[in-house]
Amino acid sequence: MNSAIIRQKATEVWQSFVRAGQARILVGAATCGRAAGAMETKAALAEALEAEGLTDAVAIFEVGCIGLCYAEPLVEITAADGRRVLYQNIDPRKAARLVKSHLVEGKPVEKYALCVIEGEDLQGVPRWQELPVVAHQQRIVTRNLGWIDPTELLHYVERGGYSGLEKALAMGPVACIETVTHAGLRGRGGAGFPTGIKWGFAAKTDAPQKYVICNADEGDPGAFMDRSVLEGDPHAVLEGLIIAGYAIGASVGYVYIRSEYPLAIERLHQAIEDLRAYGLLGDNILDSGFAFEIRIKKGAGAFVCGEETALMASIEGQRGMPRAKPPFPANSGLFGAPTNINNVETLAAVSAILEKGSEWYRSFGTEKSRGTKTFSLAGQIRRAGLIEVPMGLSLRVIVETIGGGLENDKACKAVQTGGPSGGCIPASMLDIPVDYENLAEAGSIMGSGGMIVIDEDTCMVQIARYFLSFTEQESCGKCVPCRMGTQHLLRMLDTIIAGEAGPEVLAQLRRVCDTMRKASLCGLGQTAPNPVLTTLRYFEDEYQKYLSGKVRRYRIIGSACEGCRACAVACPTQAITGGKKEAHIIDQDACIQCGVCLQSCRFHAVKIVFEEKATI
Amino acid sequence: MLSSAVIISDESLSENGGIEAICQAYGKEREHLIPVLQAVQAEHGYLDMDAIDRIADYFGISANEVYGVATFYAQFRYHPPGRHCLKICQGTACHVRGSGVLVETAEQALGIKVGQTTADLAFGLEELACLGSCALAPAVVVDGVVQARLTPRKLQKIIEKVQS
Repeated sequence: MNSAIIRQKATEVWQSFVRAGQARILVGAATCGRAAGAMETKAALAEALEAEGLTDAVAIFEVGCIGLCYAEPLVEITAADGRRVLYQNIDPRKAARLVKSHLVEGKPVEKYALCVIEGEDLQGVPRWQELPVVAHQQRIVTRNLGWIDPTELLHYVERGGYSGLEKALAMGPVACIETVTHAGLRGRGGAGFPTGIKWGFAAKTDAPQKYVICNADEGDPGAFMDRSVLEGDPHAVLEGLIIAGYAIGASVGYVYIRSEYPLAIERLHQAIEDLRAYGLLGDNILDSGFAFEIRIKKGAGAFVCGEETALMASIEGQRGMPRAKPPFPANSGLFGAPTNINNVETLAAVSAILEKGSEWYRSFGTEKSRGTKTFSLAGQIRRAGLIEVPMGLSLRVIVETIGGGLENDKACKAVQTGGPSGGCIPASMLDIPVDYENLAEAGSIMGSGGMIVIDEDTCMVQIARYFLSFTEQESCGKCVPCRMGTQHLLRMLDTIIAGEAGPEVLAQLRRVCDTMRKASLCGLGQTAPNPVLTTLRYFEDEYQKYLSGKVRRYRIIGSACEGCRACAVACPTQAITGGKKEAHIIDQDACIQCGVCLQSCRFHAVKIVFEEKATI
Repeated sequence: MLSSAVIISDESLSENGGIEAICQAYGKEREHLIPVLQAVQAEHGYLDMDAIDRIADYFGISANEVYGVATFYAQFRYHPPGRHCLKICQGTACHVRGSGVLVETAEQALGIKVGQTTADLAFGLEELACLGSCALAPAVVVDGVVQARLTPRKLQKIIEKVQS
């Protein structure tokens, strides 16, 4: 099929999605939306429509994640007047009310409305662009999330999709690589290597068979950008993969994706099938003579497979262990053939760059870090969600304006970026602009985009311990510095938290960290010390509190306790005793340090204290 | 992610048959090994020694080799799973929002530890990191359905509901 016919079809299908003059409902139905109950909401909407006899008059579509996860389930309703109203936290009960009020009586429900996306203003309801969570964002990678039906290839085409591929095929591989290089795009998997230059290496290697791989093994706990993009706009990524294949001369592309993401896998399978049907994959793509196929490989649960050599071993059917480089994948990669590996977000940016040009992309971000970066903003923050901002925006704007500050009006202690390979940036440094260089200087890394906000009551030593317990489990065991190093670090952190470590332990921690950084085989071991090193650098006082035999405990201040039983009821181990209107007491032997009592107390009677272990 | 001892179940899957049939759907190239292991587990719920032998025969490699690959990855099980499965996310966002308490709650409610299955094979309890539902932390997966924004009490109710 040629592109003119595809475009024409796309316009037709788009019309039936926009439904000018008719009503429609969009439901955010990515994994996060579903977890919040989107499918139940959708069923309630359908039921309400049926009860009103509107089943044929109003169409319901499932769309991807618009990024405002804190407000899920999200429902967008457009009545015949064309005004698009986005509603938040819509449970089945509210859904029925929305149908009746908005669609039957023609009265939008301001109380549930989050914003107006298009059309006439609504009294007391902000516009989409005015929302503080939206105003600072620049949606390039996430350009279609929430705006199109992700199962519909033609929606993507109508929004400019696959015109980048068409341009790439017309300009040839060399110009294609130059465009990506000039755009200044750097690898979004975390390391930040310039994408165009990486492509150039693989393109120059002469071989009959080459491969491109999309790394969708989003293993960092606390990161969900890639999942959202694959679920909400799979074609943005696949178009980038096809372009990458064309640029380096590969005929086969692999998508290596975590098995924990079933919906994303389903979307990919469907998207690839559609691509074949439209001649955008196969022996002769868009009559250009370029032949390309895409295969999906499901991961089987190993964090280290995010490392490129381990990932390739896993695709080959081996244990997913990394190997020494060189040879680099560009020379000898998958099945020994030259291979180029890019992350999901990188490829979604590639398709946008080819569509709109490198100058356009360069206009966003900072001199060394061009373009935008997606982050999954989560943790103890008010407006958790998926965001995409120009590089160089300050952490403060991200946390305070976009994220709306911390939950329960707590103060921010630190922001953790880069997952288990990253570090904790203290609140005093919130004004640093977020780009590769600044985060590295602060001792953290950009990473793939997990951003966890940590409040004042959280213990940073325990945060470091959490990450080490993760890397200790996930270390593949091939090289000694990582295998033994993670075990030693974890054990030392355990003794610190148990109040059993002396002051000399901090020097030992630093020494093991140093060895791991210098001597580990792959990125996992080299960066695993980062959570320890950054917490030592910025929060050494918290380590000090544990030394010389002190332990961290939750205590109830008797004079402040009103005896309301709230903490006692909330305590998962029934460690809190005390009758009504009597001061409560925490049994320290039963306490598991979860902090639920502190959160549930309305009288600020629960405090964190460091005391001698023997104190009763 | 493996518990220290991986003991393969003696019960044979072979009566169920079908291991070869699953293999036949894939090529004999080594790159199909993990997809075959995944397909067998999807069909039978776990891998046993008999299945590993048959898979090894199909690919023309040793059973040790197959076992080595399978045990590297956290996904594979070697015992019959519970009829219901509860997985608690221990990702960073869930961790800072109290997923540790959810583990305690589930362990108490079910009377088993993480990685175990109740004696009547009704319930299995697992941990994983991460579900990618961080914005709605803490989250768990009950029989394939993600449940979010949990508290110990909500989890308790979910467990009771599934048990009944």
